[in-house]
Amino acid sequence: MDMKVAKKKLGLKERYSHMTRGLGWDTSYQSMDDVYPYAKYEGIKIHDWDKWEDPFRLTMDAYWKYQAEKEKKLYAIIDAYNQNNGHLSVTDARYLNTVKLFLTGVSPLEYMAHRGFAHAGRSFPGAGPRIACLMQSLDELRHAQTQVHAISNYNKHYNGFHEFRHMHDRVWYLSVPKSFFDDAVTAGPFEFMVAIGFSFEYVLTNLLFVPFVSGAAYNGDMGTMTFGFSAQSDEARHMTLGLEVIKFILEQDPDNLPIVQRWIDKWTWRGYRVLALVAMMQDYMLPKRTMSWKEAWEVYFEENGGALFKDLARYGIKMPECAKTIALEKDHLSHQTWGTFYNYGAAAAFHTWVPDEDEMNWLSAKYPSSFDKYYRPRLEYWREQAAQGNRFYNKTLPMLCTTCQIPMLFTEPGDPTKTCYRETTFKGEKYHFCSDHCKKIFDDEPEKYVQSWLPVHQIYQGNCFPEGTDPTAEGFDPLAAVLQYYHLEFGRDNLDFEGSEDQKNFDAWRGMATRNT
Amino acid sequence: MPNIMLVLQANEETRPIVEAVAEDNPHARVDHQPAMVKIDAEDRLAIRRESIEEKLGRPFDLQELHINLITLSGHIDETDDEFVLSWNN
Repeated sequence: MDMKVAKKKLGLKERYSHMTRGLGWDTSYQSMDDVYPYAKYEGIKIHDWDKWEDPFRLTMDAYWKYQAEKEKKLYAIIDAYNQNNGHLSVTDARYLNTVKLFLTGVSPLEYMAHRGFAHAGRSFPGAGPRIACLMQSLDELRHAQTQVHAISNYNKHYNGFHEFRHMHDRVWYLSVPKSFFDDAVTAGPFEFMVAIGFSFEYVLTNLLFVPFVSGAAYNGDMGTMTFGFSAQSDEARHMTLGLEVIKFILEQDPDNLPIVQRWIDKWTWRGYRVLALVAMMQDYMLPKRTMSWKEAWEVYFEENGGALFKDLARYGIKMPECAKTIALEKDHLSHQTWGTFYNYGAAAAFHTWVPDEDEMNWLSAKYPSSFDKYYRPRLEYWREQAAQGNRFYNKTLPMLCTTCQIPMLFTEPGDPTKTCYRETTFKGEKYHFCSDHCKKIFDDEPEKYVQSWLPVHQIYQGNCFPEGTDPTAEGFDPLAAVLQYYHLEFGRDNLDFEGSEDQKNFDAWRGMATRNT
Repeated sequence: MPNIMLVLQANEETRPIVEAVAEDNPHARVDHQPAMVKIDAEDRLAIRRESIEEKLGRPFDLQELHINLITLSGHIDETDDEFVLSWNN
């Protein structure tokens, strides 16, 4: 890269000041309260919006320049990767299932983040946060687009990529990430910023992107590695915005502290629950492992998050209570989640499998206190059953947690042999939860969470069949009807990786690429 | 002591940047991971424009860091000459 660095007339601080608040104004024909109707109702008190600082001091003109540079690099690499049949250079075709999960589960969230930051930016009376939110909103749109572009090449060759947007709004496990983000964008602008800008971007996003992207690099997926790092280069700015939001709110008024603490507690847990998908991806789905979920949690949450919360202690902010539960779950999370997907492999839009011996040994080494004791025997039993022609597919629908929408698969903190159940009664109806933290979130705002669109309930209510389906007809097959409603093709998109079309095609094409006859 | 982290993509553009940061911050640890470089330091990490320019042999705008940045931690203070990460405690 060879960029001209012009002789500067103004320093960075002055340029930033002129190009942000210098361009803002207070309205006079209409009251500021009417123009910014969402700025006060959450109870957050702001006395001086000019105290807001963007530490990067990035202005829109510089923003366009660097974003354009990133885009040019990204598309050049994606084109080269595709032209060169890059898809045949991944470790093995099982790897592609991580990309399917990412496209159906995460990319639509990028788009929602675009909408969320546009809305939050519009809601803040201060010019500084408005511009930071505008940049982030554009970043998130770019992420959604580049992910769809990069991954669309896989859709030419493999199953499960064809209807990611349709699936995102319907498929049972995708309601977990979807409801997480819908929950955030339907909150007020300050809560949204704490939820996504701080708790997700600052505290948790490293756990999503860094292991996922270096996982892509390790597994030969240059396209994903490139969009991942390109997106991640924006994340550093997003994280900074997230931290700035917290500091700004807390410095404005002491009354803001309890509100912010409650949001941090809530959204750290909400985000962590979504990351269960990432945990199983790291430990089970990447054919070439990078780091275990537990290691990633220790580096990016316990070490870095620990430094962060220690720093925020001067404002009175405490490490969220849920961190203790998460520490107890870190030896179990990925195993329990993958076990559930293996069970429900007939209803998922990607393939599942039992890890091979080498992979199980890796898991034993990474999880010495839990894997051999609790999880290896179960996987070996499933492997044995599959070898005898009894590949286990669970056909009954699971009970879901009303808050995180994950099946009740998690165990009691400290006792991995006992499933954790919590319940609460609201207006005569009973609601179920996977944990104390999800129950507390519901109990704080029951009017919001009673509206949850829970996939299992919806299936039982008959809302997840193709239009015109008659569930009373003779020989009605509910699973088949639900999969049709999902646009998920039975026998192609779902079931075990062993024997799948993806497996056969990848082997045949890779063979053609390396042999002459 | 709280940790500061700066992670950059591993490529030809960042190689001189990493070298400059390592020289300017003798307390920092440089960890080369697949496709990325993770720099950890206690409390404070300074990225200086002049040192990078010396390595690069051309003018460098510190905001060019955005192109190859993966993640970071700590409070940021950025001017035309210096980009500093630190924790306040």
